[in-house]
Amino acid sequence: MPNEPLVELTDVAFSYGARPILSGIRMRIPRGKVVAIMGGSGCGKTTILRLIGGQLKATSGVVRVDGQDVSGLTYADLYRLRRRMGMLFQFGAMFTDLSVFENVAFPLREHTKLPESVIHDLVLLKLQAVGLRGAAHLRPAELSGGMARRVALARAISLDPTLIMYDEPFTGLDPISLGVIANLIRRLNDALGATSILVTHDVEASLGIVDYVYIAAGGQIVAEGTPDEIRASQDPFVHQFVNGEADGPVGFHYPGSTLAADLGLEARS
Amino acid sequence: MIDALRHIGARTVDGVWKLGCATRFTGTILARSGMCLRRPQLVLDQIYFTGVLSLVIIIVSGLFVGLVLGLQGYETLKRYGSAEALGTLVALSLVRELGPVVSALLFASRAGSAITARIGIMKSTEQLSAMEMMAVDPHSRVLAPVFWGGVLSMPLLAAIFSAFGVFGGYLIGVVIIGVDSGAFWSQMQANVDLWSDVMNGVIKSAVFGVAVTLIALFEGYDAPPTAEGVSYAVTRTVVTSALAILALDFVLTSFMFTGV
Repeated sequence: MPNEPLVELTDVAFSYGARPILSGIRMRIPRGKVVAIMGGSGCGKTTILRLIGGQLKATSGVVRVDGQDVSGLTYADLYRLRRRMGMLFQFGAMFTDLSVFENVAFPLREHTKLPESVIHDLVLLKLQAVGLRGAAHLRPAELSGGMARRVALARAISLDPTLIMYDEPFTGLDPISLGVIANLIRRLNDALGATSILVTHDVEASLGIVDYVYIAAGGQIVAEGTPDEIRASQDPFVHQFVNGEADGPVGFHYPGSTLAADLGLEARS
Repeated sequence: MIDALRHIGARTVDGVWKLGCATRFTGTILARSGMCLRRPQLVLDQIYFTGVLSLVIIIVSGLFVGLVLGLQGYETLKRYGSAEALGTLVALSLVRELGPVVSALLFASRAGSAITARIGIMKSTEQLSAMEMMAVDPHSRVLAPVFWGGVLSMPLLAAIFSAFGVFGGYLIGVVIIGVDSGAFWSQMQANVDLWSDVMNGVIKSAVFGVAVTLIALFEGYDAPPTAEGVSYAVTRTVVTSALAILALDFVLTSFMFTGV
């Protein structure tokens, strides 16, 4: 059982109506590891997270979390499974009508019957872990982007989840906040004995903390490997992506007719 | 011509599709209302949000509608020598018609738009998704309490509207114009029936509460997750609710007061 991956996607495809988003996705997320899914905007990374969390159902293929086929779970079983998951959304998704303290306490109040004094202590410990115990009384509107992300992280780990998913955790952060969040992801994963899936397009921040990387493009996994293997890859797409080059397989221009045709110059020449 | 037909067809299909989604949405909310019984505080919070926070506009509007009814009613009744029936006219107009309808229109504008904006923003900022991923069903935890809060608030608001309207009619008719106070109240007491007048008004307002709250919730939940999407959804809530209230009022009045 410990050798089995916590999350496994086998030949997964997903489409919105007739528009295909993912096809032939095969991934194995081992227990205890931090795994990144990287790729450009719109390549289907977040869709993979939503398939794992059961918010979307695969059109074909199997998504297994801890041995359970997510698509085949009943409503009650899916919610039971989600109690062992934590998810950090791109901009935190804080409940704006609740204080920082109440945001972190929310899952504890909903899923446990712990006395108020215990909830109080647990919330402060979670906030201490992300360095924001002193901000417990603040409202979400009073937080910076980096602080909101850290509070959301404290909320995501409040029930000590087995699986933590991060959807673009580094977007829009200054270098200091980015470094803090990146270190927290690694430290919390190891301290909780959890498994983490990190969806991002931030190459430098993620390659420094993850154990394994999948690179997605055009709805498929086009490369995978350890951070060192990804950095050394000679695959043209991976090379362009990792080094952020303008020239490569991914063109600068969106496909369309030629500029000369649009300007009406082709007929004259 | 073909384009026009295609456009009409597409709009019809969209309309039927949306109606189906709204029906399923309603069914889901009703099916997941159990938490409202287990945790009534959730519903009480929503009664405060939708009901208590609407009190000022309901009270002020009720008072002014009553003042106008008193003036107009007195002028009309005086021509027939029946000024003492002013209390009956004011009370019947309010409990049977104006109380439920006007308070529902105000409820749609104040609380309905607030519900749509709140749910729409919760959706666009992924708060509802976050709740789902915390294994907390937003239908049970957020939407059902708002629904029941709205349904319970609406008849109470209509009753308060009518009470302040009657008070407004009393102020104009008895205090200012000088209609006999005893006649005002006794005529009202003799001619307003608890069941056929007051209870039918309560039923009307409860039906309006169901319609407005469901429209507001669905529009917020169905709104595209953008600022423009939420603003259009709020507008649709107010317009659709107003049309639904007036149409339902005609249907309910037909059954209740004319025996159709």
